Amino acid sequence: MFPKTFIDFPEWNVGNPFLDFERMRRDMNRLAERFGKGLPSFSTAGVFPLTNVTEDGNNYYIRAELPGMKTEDIEISATNSNLSISGQRIIPREGDNVRYHRREREAGKFSRMISLPGSIDTDKVEASFMDGILTIVLPKSEPMKPKQIEVK
Amino acid sequence: MAYILIKEDKMENRDIQVQGKKEIEAQGELTQEGPFFVPNVDIFEDNDNLVLLADMPGVSKDNVDIRIEDGQLRIQGKVSKETPGDYVLSEYSIGDYYSNFALSIIIDQSSIQASMKNGVLRIVLPKSDKSKPRKITIKSN
Repeated sequence: MFPKTFIDFPEWNVGNPFLDFERMRRDMNRLAERFGKGLPSFSTAGVFPLTNVTEDGNNYYIRAELPGMKTEDIEISATNSNLSISGQRIIPREGDNVRYHRREREAGKFSRMISLPGSIDTDKVEASFMDGILTIVLPKSEPMKPKQIEVK
Repeated sequence: MAYILIKEDKMENRDIQVQGKKEIEAQGELTQEGPFFVPNVDIFEDNDNLVLLADMPGVSKDNVDIRIEDGQLRIQGKVSKETPGDYVLSEYSIGDYYSNFALSIIIDQSSIQASMKNGVLRIVLPKSDKSKPRKITIKSN
């Protein structure tokens, strides 16, 4: 007992150290990406569902993982620069005689508001749902779009 | 039974809490870049089957791989990592799913059924006759 606590060797078999490096590298990249553009922090809003927002010249893209949901259970509405996603995830009962070993999948209601960095054309917002991923394409409003200016 | 009904009713009406995705270490050396995640699963059994449900958003039915080897059930799901445009907000990472389960009961491997719907994998593993519960009658003299 004593020699073990005295020597206190570090654990060697804690897994692949390269994975930690890889994780660190990825976090650093994300950090660099954000600071480079002066964008807000990457901490989550703590509201379900977690979303990823991307943009290109014409559109904003909002994506959220909602496995096992049906399109009719998801409600989306858009205003000038805000989008709300709400719905209910229902996990059907599996009969009376089942005995659970594990139960990790969550059911319940959710409602989330996402503020966009610019205004959008609410009439042209399109949403699709595939393989449990919700994708919303929000076209930027005309004045928000980048315009190329010709130098004469 | 009444208690269970009340409990489930409550479960559906409360708000879903945010759970971050569970990142894991890949088996062996990494052959590809990026994180791996363990899907959230429900596992239950009735008299005839063992059923596993796994949330794997982004995985289509062609990109899922299920294997049973040495009493281990292994599931793997590949996702597309393409994202349009540049990130404005990133709350979750995208990566493949991987999970491994030790099967404590004998499965009839010839009639396993799997389906994928809306990002949820459902595997029905029929119990072999040996592992089905048998009612034991006590003889009295």
